[in-house]
Amino acid sequence: MTDLALWFEKMKDNFILNFIADNRWRYLWEGLKITLKVTFFAVLIGIAIGVVVAVIRSTYDQTAETARKGFGRMLLGLLNGVCKLYLTVIRGTPVVVQLMITYYVIFVSSNDKVMVAILAFGINSGAYVAEIVRSGIMSIDRGQFEAGRSLGFNYVQTMWNIIIPQAFKNVLPALANEFIVLLKETSVSGFIGLQDLTKGGDIIRSRTYSAFMPLIGVAIIYLVMVMFFSWLVGKLERRLRIGDR
Amino acid sequence: MTANNQNTDREVLIRAEGLEKHFKGGEIKALDGIDAEVYKGEVVVVIGPSGSGKSTFLRCLNLLEVPTGGKVYFEGTDITDPKTNINVHRQKMGMVFQHFNLFPHMTILRNMTIAPMKLHKLSREEAEKKATALLERVGLADRAHAYPSQLSGGQKQRIAIVRALCMDPEVMLFDEPTSALDPEMVGEVLDVMKQLARDGMTMVVVTHEMGFAREVGDRVIFMDYGKIVEENVPELIFTKPGSERLRNFLAKVL
Repeated sequence: MTDLALWFEKMKDNFILNFIADNRWRYLWEGLKITLKVTFFAVLIGIAIGVVVAVIRSTYDQTAETARKGFGRMLLGLLNGVCKLYLTVIRGTPVVVQLMITYYVIFVSSNDKVMVAILAFGINSGAYVAEIVRSGIMSIDRGQFEAGRSLGFNYVQTMWNIIIPQAFKNVLPALANEFIVLLKETSVSGFIGLQDLTKGGDIIRSRTYSAFMPLIGVAIIYLVMVMFFSWLVGKLERRLRIGDR
Repeated sequence: MTANNQNTDREVLIRAEGLEKHFKGGEIKALDGIDAEVYKGEVVVVIGPSGSGKSTFLRCLNLLEVPTGGKVYFEGTDITDPKTNINVHRQKMGMVFQHFNLFPHMTILRNMTIAPMKLHKLSREEAEKKATALLERVGLADRAHAYPSQLSGGQKQRIAIVRALCMDPEVMLFDEPTSALDPEMVGEVLDVMKQLARDGMTMVVVTHEMGFAREVGDRVIFMDYGKIVEENVPELIFTKPGSERLRNFLAKVL
């Protein structure tokens, strides 16, 4: 009994040392804000890039036989090639390396680490989102596309109003998974000296020389965020399923 | 209303000239030189064995299938010309598919109003008023807020017809509209089509419903192997088939 009480006492001291003393909790709070900011904007960039790349790739594939030869077809072929190169490079290299190249090589004169991180993670995520969205577009029956076109919608209007909403619903679980991965992936931001949540916990560790509390604390914060996000997506999924029997 | 005097006093709406659709570099000829006209206000029924190219022919009329040769004129415009904006012309050519192709993520009302609102710039009120009136005509006004998955096949196809009508088309193209339906639902869809024909809509109908062809058609086109084999008023097609191939076909389906 006394052992347990002693352990609790030690934990309490540890907690105070790591989070309360010198307002050290603020490292986590400030870090959390940066992590959320980077994730949020990287998700937006990822979706934007992903949808555009997916539409280009699936358009190229689906019109391979039917399109008239000409300038439009050539342009589409060129764009498709660029997209493929992008997918190969981004998916073929580690995100930490991409982050460091973005910071130390491309934006060598910029000190805006948040912006660099948003760009690097957004561009990285775009590649994965592209393939997810593409699989969604391919999963929609061709008749839906023809129905849209027969009403007089042009290609982009048909994609935007009819195909993408249905594709989005089909790939929502995969997309949610990608965003969970992205949220956790931002924890390597410390490599360019960005003080995100993980870095915040690590700073506390280096000050207090105690690893347990700050690292477990950081882990719990990530876990809670992911659980909240999963719950949110589950709700959205149920709402989008209204039209299904 | 016979085929003979149409050429002189009726306006040509669609004209197909030497229409060809080849696959695999000419190995397969789905359409092998089709010349046909559709006059304003008439009901043209296209019949023929499966694989005869009748669906391909229909889909070439609004360029869902791009012909590999020949031309299609709609209201005098060559829509096969790459410089023509096909989207504008498709707004005037309603199409009904074998598998309905309703948008499953939208309510019935939204299915019907999305195109008029986005393409004709109708306000929501105007578009919904029009859609509701059309829904009443086909007896489905109470399903306006249902989703397609909550409807029967016959109901879906009736919705697909009025969805196309919401765009005020000049012509309606029907691609085997009753082939995917349970037998007891065929009648309700054909009734809507008959009503449409009586109202003077120009219609091109690819179908296996010989009863419909006979009763509603002004002209019947019989296709086989990507060619038009025979073309005449329904009475003559069904009572005095001129070719061996049509006789064989009719013997199988009637």
